[in-house]
Amino acid sequence: MLDWRWDFTFEIMPRMLWATLNTLMAAGIGYAIAIVLGLVLALAQRTPYRPLTFVVREAVEFIRSTPLVLQIFFVFYVGPQYGVTLSPWVAGMIAIGLHYAAYLSEVYRGGIESVPKGQWEACTALNMSTAQTYFRIIIPQALPLSVAGMGNYLVGIFKDTPMLSVIGVAELMHAANAIGGQHYRYLEPYTIVGVVFLLISLPSAGLIRAFEAWVRRKLGMS
Amino acid sequence: MSYLDFLAEHGGRYIDGTLITAAQFLLAAVLAILLALIAGLMKLSANPIAKGVAVTYIEFFRGTSLLVQLFWLFFVLPLFGITFDKFTTGFIAVGLNLGAYGAELVRGAIQSVPKGQWEASYALSMSPATQMRRIILPQAFVAMLPPWGNLIIELLKGTALVSLIAVSDLMFEARQINGSTYLSAQAFGTALVIYYVFARLLVTPFMRWLERTMRRRMGRA
Amino acid sequence: MEDMSRYPLELTGADVPMVRFMNVTKRYGSLTVLDSLDLDVTEGEMVTIIGPSGSGKTTVLRMLMTLETINGGVIYVDGKPLTHMAKNGVLVPADAKYLRRARSSIGMCFQHFNLFPHMTALQNCMEGPVQVLGLSKKEARARSEELLEMVGMIDKKDQHPSRLSGGQQQRVAIARALAMRPKVMLFDEVTSALDPEVIGEVTNVIRKLVSEHNLTMLMVTHQMGFARDISDRICFFFAGKIEEQGPPDALFGSPQRDRTKQFLSAVKEAD
Repeated sequence: MLDWRWDFTFEIMPRMLWATLNTLMAAGIGYAIAIVLGLVLALAQRTPYRPLTFVVREAVEFIRSTPLVLQIFFVFYVGPQYGVTLSPWVAGMIAIGLHYAAYLSEVYRGGIESVPKGQWEACTALNMSTAQTYFRIIIPQALPLSVAGMGNYLVGIFKDTPMLSVIGVAELMHAANAIGGQHYRYLEPYTIVGVVFLLISLPSAGLIRAFEAWVRRKLGMS
Repeated sequence: MSYLDFLAEHGGRYIDGTLITAAQFLLAAVLAILLALIAGLMKLSANPIAKGVAVTYIEFFRGTSLLVQLFWLFFVLPLFGITFDKFTTGFIAVGLNLGAYGAELVRGAIQSVPKGQWEASYALSMSPATQMRRIILPQAFVAMLPPWGNLIIELLKGTALVSLIAVSDLMFEARQINGSTYLSAQAFGTALVIYYVFARLLVTPFMRWLERTMRRRMGRA
Repeated sequence: MEDMSRYPLELTGADVPMVRFMNVTKRYGSLTVLDSLDLDVTEGEMVTIIGPSGSGKTTVLRMLMTLETINGGVIYVDGKPLTHMAKNGVLVPADAKYLRRARSSIGMCFQHFNLFPHMTALQNCMEGPVQVLGLSKKEARARSEELLEMVGMIDKKDQHPSRLSGGQQQRVAIARALAMRPKVMLFDEVTSALDPEVIGEVTNVIRKLVSEHNLTMLMVTHQMGFARDISDRICFFFAGKIEEQGPPDALFGSPQRDRTKQFLSAVKEAD
């Protein structure tokens, strides 16, 4: 029945670990894009320009309700059709960054909306500009409220990176597929992928909670 | 070639793919709901074995990726002598994965029912099973419907991955059409719009309707 | 549309009031909260607004702080329009930029303090002077510490609001507002959210302000005794209008209108 080969496991280990670094890098870069772009999408929905608000709102809904894997294909293949060729990494980072930006914009929106109205009024009474109000008063308070959601999506983006293998980003899943194809052995590579994901995502929930508490303490809000 | 010509030529394949996606979606949803209910209740059980099984299932499937699980089921399970066809493997993987997320919603919703409800039904000498079935679950059900709305959309999106084990769903057809026409914007764009319409015009309104109906039946309209 | 030509672009003359509400109307949907209000407050005057809830008294302060838009009339501060700006010789509703400049002479304290929770007491006070007025940190710190000293909160200057009692938070909020050197201070039910035993520490600060400084102040309060002690004038609001106004002793001692009498006796009974 089950014939797990340790020698094969050790043989492919270096390649899998190397690919793990790529996975972590993909998640990190994608998340960095999502954090910034998500804030832009959230703030764009709070401007008084109705058409902009509407378009951004619908775009966020669209991105959130369609499959990421399809979006990855779309970004990767549509460029060449119009003469713009994107490398798998670039296309992948755009797609996954945009996808999670849409999710994070909802997290930020929730955070911003839970800052009490009185804080906005105090800013008006102190005659602060809109930018000062957001960056000095509202966002610092919305941040700790958003940390839990942001952390969940960090784990989420990490777990979605295997989808990047479909366009040839050399992350874990891609390495496992390649090894499986070369040696006609899928048990070890796919199992290693699963174990790596478990080892990284299991402790993350606790880490996120600890980080959340730390942010609150840092801002003197606990 | 205009977009209308494109649709006229490939529309049939999109319809076929959408039907497969719909089937995968419905079967996976049924499986996920069943598993969520069972694992959610087991996690609250006082029996350490039941609880352990539930926690293992939930943590395992939430801790790894759906794509990894799908490939593992498809490529590795046959090594154990268990073979499903790809269509079955597809919805089982999606159902198992989303069921683990759903289990946490079930558990959270049951725990959110106020303690007084347990005490009141206990005071009426109800058996634990009756308590759960008649008093707690109906209330928990209403509480967990809104997050289930999001989860069901995630489930729909998850079914797109079954194309990677060659189930001929909407995503699969889009890739095939892209491969034969090189009209990537049309090929993938059409599929994106179909998923969007499926999610926003069918699934979400249905979940909203369910929420409203349940709230009304609970006298909370 | 209202004919704006009847409103001067600027108030001139010897007795320009610090604040003038001219025919000001405020509606929420079909509900009229303030109906053609006319009210002048002269420089250095302390005016207290009293009245039953829903009579529009808080709205008066919020409009002056530009937290609410108005549906009719014009508000002037120090002779210049606050809610409107001149364009081609007539007044048009002010844009955001104009509003920001115009409201710089007004400060406000709120019922729920609205201190910034992620900043210490001192940082709360320095925020406006540094960010908005462009003071150096050193100047802003000196100014803020002086004010925190005045409100008796200098010992707690490095505490975050979550570590302060309601009364302490409100005193910091007063210092924060004063740090902007406003010409007009607004106190919106500043003692309503406080426990009875700490109300005194806040009213004492306001007493001190009245006796030692020549600030123009508008206050909404339910503390009738306090209002009587420190105000130059009391305005009794009823259903969006000033029902009666006058010096505290006259209004509390011998109210002329039935509604004023009813309100005052109801308040007295509640005490």
